[in-house]
Amino acid sequence: MDVEILSRVQFAFTIAFHYIYPPLSIGLGLILVIMEGMYLRTGNKLYERMTRFWIRIFALIFGIGVATGIIMEFEFGTNWATYSRYVGDIFGSALAAEGIFAFALESGFLGILLFGWNRVGPKVHFFSTVMVFFGSLFSAVWIVVANSWQQTPAGYHIVGEGMNARAEITDFWAMVFNPSSVDRLLHVWIGAFLAGAFLVMSVNAYYIIKKKHLEIARPSFKIALLVATFFSLAQLFVGHRSAEGVAKYQPAKLAAMEGHYDSSAAADMFLLGWVNDKTQTTSGIKIPGGLSFLLHQDFKAPVQGLNAIAPADRPGQVNAVFQFYHIMVAIGMLMIGLTLFACLQWKRGKLFEMRWLMLVFAWAVLLPQIANQAGWFAAEMGRQPWVVYGLLRTSDALSATVKAEQVVFSLILFLLVYTTLLALFLYLLNKKIKHGPVDAGYPEPIDEGSKRDNPILSH
Amino acid sequence: MESFLGIDHNVWWFLVFGAVISGYAILDGFDLGAGALHLFLKKEQSRRIALNAIGPVWDGNEVWLVIGGGALFAGFPVAYAAIFSAFYVPFFVFLVGLIWRGVAIEFRSKEPGRIWRLTWDFIYSFSCIVIALSLGLMLGNVAQGLPLNEAHDYTGSWTSFFNPFSIMVAVTTLALFMMHGAIFLAMKTENRLYTKLTILAKNFTIFFVMTFAITTVYTLLYVPHLSDCIKSTPVFFVFPLIMMLAIANIPRLLNKGRYRHAFVSSAITIAALLIMVAVEIFPNLLYAVNNPANSITVHNASSSPKTMKILLTIALIGTPLVAIYTSFVFWTFKGKVKLDEMSY
Repeated sequence: MDVEILSRVQFAFTIAFHYIYPPLSIGLGLILVIMEGMYLRTGNKLYERMTRFWIRIFALIFGIGVATGIIMEFEFGTNWATYSRYVGDIFGSALAAEGIFAFALESGFLGILLFGWNRVGPKVHFFSTVMVFFGSLFSAVWIVVANSWQQTPAGYHIVGEGMNARAEITDFWAMVFNPSSVDRLLHVWIGAFLAGAFLVMSVNAYYIIKKKHLEIARPSFKIALLVATFFSLAQLFVGHRSAEGVAKYQPAKLAAMEGHYDSSAAADMFLLGWVNDKTQTTSGIKIPGGLSFLLHQDFKAPVQGLNAIAPADRPGQVNAVFQFYHIMVAIGMLMIGLTLFACLQWKRGKLFEMRWLMLVFAWAVLLPQIANQAGWFAAEMGRQPWVVYGLLRTSDALSATVKAEQVVFSLILFLLVYTTLLALFLYLLNKKIKHGPVDAGYPEPIDEGSKRDNPILSH
Repeated sequence: MESFLGIDHNVWWFLVFGAVISGYAILDGFDLGAGALHLFLKKEQSRRIALNAIGPVWDGNEVWLVIGGGALFAGFPVAYAAIFSAFYVPFFVFLVGLIWRGVAIEFRSKEPGRIWRLTWDFIYSFSCIVIALSLGLMLGNVAQGLPLNEAHDYTGSWTSFFNPFSIMVAVTTLALFMMHGAIFLAMKTENRLYTKLTILAKNFTIFFVMTFAITTVYTLLYVPHLSDCIKSTPVFFVFPLIMMLAIANIPRLLNKGRYRHAFVSSAITIAALLIMVAVEIFPNLLYAVNNPANSITVHNASSSPKTMKILLTIALIGTPLVAIYTSFVFWTFKGKVKLDEMSY
């Protein structure tokens, strides 16, 4: 195998593995802020136990997120040296800002979040929790800005030619607010909130099925359900805006997402389907002209197809882009349906009586994870053959000095290390969940007094 | 070339990068040193205290590496690309070491079993040693220079990183971190563990002085281009002098129980060492041993003037913020380690 394929596989593998964790940290961060905020407001010990339980889970997730994240920062240099030289002037400042504004904030206050419970007052602790959450939000900002610049470059000019060419900043804020930054950042944030909320719902649904820790499981589930419902719906609008942006700035990617080849024809929207790149046909269950309607409010409006773009300049794996995109959309819809249904049952007072629903939620933790991964695969594979859209080809972005056997070495290393890590992570997570929200110094029975005047705690 | 206070932006960024790397070496240096000597501590209680001494801060310390990587990428992308693609193999070994260090700290406390904890103790200590050695190995190779072509790409093979000079720097780095880590742990412990750590600290100080002396003699004899700058500009002798005084001070301060001052002294030692390296290689970031014209310098490797300005602005805003919350965290956890139910 050649260095390009190996390097792409390694990058995809390391980033996909890494991306299990940061969305969970961001999402759990939000939930921790809500739980600890409720504790501070009501003084109810139940919220304290809830918060402390999730802090422990947060620590585990955050730890692996940091460990696997450092790899990413240096992998640009190790495997993609030409890319690094090309984008360093632009990407580098975003990365430097990320380190100094986001990671330092996050990791600094993490110490207090994890170990400071007895060292600082409740308000200072809450402040630290908020800072860790903000830090994780900011780190998403800069990395999404950098990636969005690769999708829709702005605020730059090209200096030099051939292998010496590179992009230089002409306008920092135009680079930061490039056409896709804001939409994609919101899309990523919401995906992360959903990942966190579904994890909390999953664990508590498990307790509810097992009839354990009910006094904590029920209110925790409700908090997470509210977060999940709100953001599932919000994602519909934000995701749609993102698709509009893709239509405008990356027509080849959008055409690949819907398997649309013929530029003179209206574009369909598929619910399910299969793209045959050889015959240039897409078959499946579709809404005829659906994509045309979504983009132009007209079922008959033509949409630019893959054929309008030279084969060398458009994505090679059209069916993969199509499938990843559709998996993401389908899961997004499923999450809306699921959370709305659960809210309805809550209103009818039957939420926790439906065992099957709890079982669904126990497994639904996988939904946002799969959707997040699939969405990124669609976005990144849809950008091919470019690493910087329209400017730098992936095949030109490699490290000249790195040989295939070196990449084989590192790829095998990561496969081994990450498989072990995942196994250990799941083992410890499972153990913590089984152990449950029980603190040594805090007895099980709850404070009955403050339950009455609190909508989330009364069940 | 734009300048600020009479120093051009590229040189400023070189100073910023150097400061971040020194910060990383001083801060993560004591974490790594504490990890490297972890197995010298025999009792479960001692090991827990040692882990909790670095527990709340090691992650924040590691961020300095992330900032350093970002700083190099942003300010000197040509150097970032050349250095990390050249050090492909040792750098991934280093990174995997960092992964295991982090997860070992996190996972060790999650099970009470003896075998579980011993396994993680071993992984933890071993990965800290590997991290220190590989960092030193890469530092040695950067100081010495590498063969580079006109496009600034490395032309050698990864086996040539294992040369005598770099191996000596690697061992010296490990010794330095172990000394630094032992002093840090002494600062955070009490009673018998404290006594044990002061003895370890003194032994590691001797270990470091020996490895450093051997490396220095070797440098003077066989790597002349490194010492030329200091020899030609005698005023730079102030840095080795400061370092010697700082090291000489450590055993004296430890005997008096003034461990905080001892820690400051070993931090100064690390900073002075790195300043010496910086003085010796400047204005190169990576010296091309085959043809000095191919060297990567602060001028031919840098980003555009506009980006340098943006970066310095980011640094000017960011540095005070980082300083404020880093000191807040260290202040919160100041004093001797107390174990509680949230501890490792």
